[in-house]
Amino acid sequence: MLIYNQMVVDRNSVHDEEGASDLLFRALADPIRRDVLRRAHEGRLSVSALAREHPISVTAMQKHIAVLERAELVSKHRIGRESIVHTETDALVRAHAALDRLEADWRGRIERMEQILETDKGDS
Amino acid sequence: MPVTDVEKDIDALTMTITAEFDADTERLWELWSDPRQLERWWSPPSHSSTFVEHELTVGARTAYFMTGPDGEKHHGWWRIEEVEPPHRLRLKDDAVDDEGKPDDGGPTAMTVTIAETDGIATMSIQTHFADRESMEQMIEMGMEQGMTETLNQVDPLLGGARA
Repeated sequence: MLIYNQMVVDRNSVHDEEGASDLLFRALADPIRRDVLRRAHEGRLSVSALAREHPISVTAMQKHIAVLERAELVSKHRIGRESIVHTETDALVRAHAALDRLEADWRGRIERMEQILETDKGDS
Repeated sequence: MPVTDVEKDIDALTMTITAEFDADTERLWELWSDPRQLERWWSPPSHSSTFVEHELTVGARTAYFMTGPDGEKHHGWWRIEEVEPPHRLRLKDDAVDDEGKPDDGGPTAMTVTIAETDGIATMSIQTHFADRESMEQMIEMGMEQGMTETLNQVDPLLGGARA
């Protein structure tokens, strides 16, 4: 559940920050990758199992996973011959989400402050 | 856009936002000192806020609540730590217990700095989390909106990318 909240919060800051947010935006701009995030958040699935959920090859799925990894949205580890994917909710990702949320809150407040100043000026 | 700068420090867990306003420092200070003005900007448009007690003196406690669209109330408390009108203000959020009363060990602190250079007034607000746990709490609160609403927002926005 957490990750979806982060998506929206982080997406809002895309225009202000290149780099990390840009990677994130591109990672999310694909329905297959969003589906991977949903599935890999609920359980740990192998790359090949994820590929079977879509009409794409394992190689194509590996490319999607690589995009998600660069955006630090998922991580991968090996169990036997399988490569297991899970959605990343580590402290850093969470911290970014929290700070982005603060920014969004305060941008709203500052906008309202400005409106108050404008309105009151008109009254006087 | 009045916002001129946003800085986030991931290690110190701080976010600092700076904005320019077409007003003097005394006028900007009033936005914080007058509870009736605070009520007009503190909460998002979906909520209304009511400041029951609010006086900018060191050690004083501000009591407020926000009322949501379904009439639900969220109580909040601040402790005033530093007051230097019209330039500097430091507030600490107090934690809230189950009955809506203040409890020690608040999650965040805010430092407001108001300055004027060449006739342009700037306000800068630094807000920081006391620790990772407080930060996690804030994320949990944001999650109240729920996955459905959030996904509904993401999908149409990114829908153009659908093959």
